[in-house]
Amino acid sequence: MPLKAVILIGGPQKGTRFRPLSFEVPKPLFPVAGVPMVQHHIEACARVPGMKEILLLGFYQPHEALSRFLVAAQQEFKIPIRYLQEYAALGTAGGIYHFRDQILSGGAEAFFVLNADVCSEFPLQEMLEFGQRHGAAHSFVILGTTANRTQALNYGCIVANADTQEVQHYVEKPSTFVSEVINCGVYLFTPAIFQHIGEVFQRQQQELALCPYLGEESSNGWQRAEVIRLEQDVFTALAGRGKLYVYKTDGFWSQIKSAGSAIYASRLYLNQYSKTHPERLAQNKPGGPIIRGNVYIHPTASIDSTAVLGPNVSIGEGVTVGAGVRVRESIVLHGAALHDHTCVLNTIVGWDSTIGRWARVEGTPSDPNPNDPYAKIDSESLFRDGRLTPSITILGCSVTIPAEVVILNSIVLPHKELSRSCKNQIIL
Amino acid sequence: MRALILVGGFGTRLRPLTLSRPKPLVEFCNKALLLHQLEALRQAGVSRVVLAVSYMSEALEAAMREQEQRLGLRISLSHEKEPLGTAGPLALARELLAEGEEPFFVLNSDVICEFPFAALARFHRQHGGEGSLVVTRVEEPAKYGVVVSEADTGRILRFVEKPRVFVSNKINAGLYIFSPGILRRIQLRPTSIEKEIFPAMAQEGQLYAMELQGFWMDIGQPKDFLTGMCMYLQALRAQHPEKLHSGPGVVGNVLVDPSAKIGANCVIGPNVTIGAGVVVEDGVRIKRCTVLEGARIRSHSWLESCIVGWSCSVGQWVRMENVTVLGEDVIVNDELYLNGANVLPHKSITESVPEPRIIM
Repeated sequence: MPLKAVILIGGPQKGTRFRPLSFEVPKPLFPVAGVPMVQHHIEACARVPGMKEILLLGFYQPHEALSRFLVAAQQEFKIPIRYLQEYAALGTAGGIYHFRDQILSGGAEAFFVLNADVCSEFPLQEMLEFGQRHGAAHSFVILGTTANRTQALNYGCIVANADTQEVQHYVEKPSTFVSEVINCGVYLFTPAIFQHIGEVFQRQQQELALCPYLGEESSNGWQRAEVIRLEQDVFTALAGRGKLYVYKTDGFWSQIKSAGSAIYASRLYLNQYSKTHPERLAQNKPGGPIIRGNVYIHPTASIDSTAVLGPNVSIGEGVTVGAGVRVRESIVLHGAALHDHTCVLNTIVGWDSTIGRWARVEGTPSDPNPNDPYAKIDSESLFRDGRLTPSITILGCSVTIPAEVVILNSIVLPHKELSRSCKNQIIL
Repeated sequence: MRALILVGGFGTRLRPLTLSRPKPLVEFCNKALLLHQLEALRQAGVSRVVLAVSYMSEALEAAMREQEQRLGLRISLSHEKEPLGTAGPLALARELLAEGEEPFFVLNSDVICEFPFAALARFHRQHGGEGSLVVTRVEEPAKYGVVVSEADTGRILRFVEKPRVFVSNKINAGLYIFSPGILRRIQLRPTSIEKEIFPAMAQEGQLYAMELQGFWMDIGQPKDFLTGMCMYLQALRAQHPEKLHSGPGVVGNVLVDPSAKIGANCVIGPNVTIGAGVVVEDGVRIKRCTVLEGARIRSHSWLESCIVGWSCSVGQWVRMENVTVLGEDVIVNDELYLNGANVLPHKSITESVPEPRIIM
C-alpha cells in the first residue's frame, strides 16, 4: 500500500522553551542521542514498507541547516524527503489541509502525521496493522500511551471503548480528570481526514464572515479561518462517531519541550540503540576513555583516555575532552572543548563552548519519577515563587567558562564569557 | 617561670573537629595547637605550665605526659568542676601559680601569633605594675573589646567593649603576664577578667599594654582557623622558608608533612597545609585548605577554603568550597558539590550540599 509521512516541525514562534538552544538551530534539528531530533522520526518512517515520501511541514524560513539536513537524509535513507513551508502558522491540521494535494499525490492511500517534538519508539507498522484490523476502511488511528492521573491533564486525553478501541471522547488538556490514556502526537490518517478538516474550515470561514470585527470571539481565536488544530478542532468533533481509534503503546514516549527533556529523550533513544543501532554506542577499548552505560561519541571527537563518560552522554562532532574529565547525563554539542579535570553533570554544553580546567558545570535533572511506570517528564515553568527552578544547566553557543568555577542550575546565553561562578541564574 | 593556659571546655565553635579531639590537640599547620604555645613558653624560660580545663579528657592527659618528656616542661591540669569564666581559673590554680613567687603568663588557648613571651616579661619587669597584656592592631576594632592606653608608657587607661565610634584600634590579644599579687583580686567563683578585674587594675594604674608585632588570630572557629593558617604560613615564609614545600605544581606557601603523598598533575596552594600520611591523588587542585592526618583526596577534585578532618575520604571530581569542614572519618562520594557544609564525624555524604548547612 503506498504510504506517506508528514512530520510537523513548527516554526520559530513555537518551541520558545527550548531557548537559548533554539537560537542557533531550529529545534527539530537539535541533536538528541547524537542525531537531529527529527531524524529519529525519518528513520522510523523510512522503515515502513510502502513509504513513498516523507514531507516536513513547518513555517521556518528556508534555512541552510535544514536544507543540508534534508539532502543528507535523502541520501542516507534513499527516499524523497521535502520541506513544505507554510505561509503562516496554520495549526496542526491547517498545514496538512493546505498541502493536501501534495500529500495525496502519487496515490497515497494512507499517511502518518508525526509531531517533531516527541521522542518515541514510533510503532508505525503496528499502527498500520491495527488500523486494518479495527474500524471501517476510512478510519483514523491515534497513537496513545498511559500517563498517571495528575500528569494526564497536561496532554490530550482519550476515552476509548475497551473492546473496539474506538475513541468515544477526546479532550485537550482538561482541567479535571478524564482519562489516563494520552495522545502521543503520532497519527495515521486516510485521505478522508481532509473532508473533516474541510468541514471545520468551512465553519470557521462562516463564523468570520458573520462577525469580521470580533475575530477574538471565533472558535480558534484567530482572524484566519485556515488556522485549524487537529486536537481541539478535529479530534474532539470526530470522537464517538466511529471514525477515530486509539492504538495504545507501552513503548517509550516523551515530549521534548525543554532542554531537560532533550537529555531525558537522549537517554531513551540511547537505550534503544542497543537494539536498533549498536554501532552508535561507544565501547570500552584500551587507550580509549572509560565508558559507563550508554554513550554516543561522534567519530571526529577527540577524548583523552583518562576521561570517564556516561551514562547518558552524547558527544558531538569535533569535541575535545581533556584528561580526567567526567561527563554524565549531558549533551556536548559540536566543537565544544572540555579542559582537564572538569566535571559536567546534567548539562547541555553549546556549540563551540569552552570549559576551563577544574570547572564544575552542573544542572538538576527534571526526570519523571522512576518509581511510577506511567510518569512523564514535567514541563516545569522556569520560575517558581519568584526564583529560578533548579533545572538542567544550558550553555549557549560559544560560551567561555573560566577555570575552577562552579556553574550550577544556570542558563548562559550565547557568546558570553563568564568571569566567575554562578548559581541559579540566567546570564544574558 | 610559670604559665596558665585557659583551655576551657568543649571548644564548641570549632566543631565538628572538636567532637573527635580536645581543641588543644587539633593540629594547626601540622602541629597541635597546644604545642605551638608550649614550645614558645619553653623558649621564654617557662618550666611549669598549668592547663585550666573545664572538661577532663584522657586524650589531653596522655598528650601532656608525652610533651612533658619531650619539652622538659612540667604540665599540670587544673579542672574546673563548674565554669569559672576567664579569671576564676587563676584562683583555682592559685597555689601552683603563686608558688614560684615571680610573674606568670596567662594565655587563651585559641590564640596564634608570633608569641612574644620573652619581650613581654621584660616589658612587665620594666614598668613594675601588677599586670601587662598584649594588644594587637586590627582593622575593625568595633567587633572586639578595645584598649585605650598611653602612647609612651603603655599604661592602660580604660577598656571599651565594641565601641560605636572609633576609640582605638588596639584590642586585647589574650596574652598576659601578671605578678602574683593579682591573685588577691580574684575569688574562686565565675569571674570575667576583662569585665571585673582589669577595669579596677586600670583605674589604679596597675595595668600596661604591649603592642604585638606580627600576625595574630583567634582560631577558635573554622573561618578564622583558615585565615590564621594563611598568616602563619606567610610568617614561616619570612623566617623559615626551608620548611615550606616546593616543587612542580606547588604555588605560594604550602606546608606538607614528609609522609604525605601528592600525585601527578596536581596544583597545590597557595596557603595549604597537608598533614601526616595524607594521600592526594592525581589532578587535584587545593587552595587555602587544611588537610588533617590520614585523609585521602581522590583524583580530579577541587578544594578551596576547607578543613578536611582526620582520615576523611574525599571522592573523585568532588568540589568543596566556602569553609566546608569535614569532621573525622567522613566519606564524600564522587562527583558531589559541597558549599559551606559542616559535616559531623563518621558521616557518609551521598548528595551535594549546594548551600551552607550542617550535616548531622
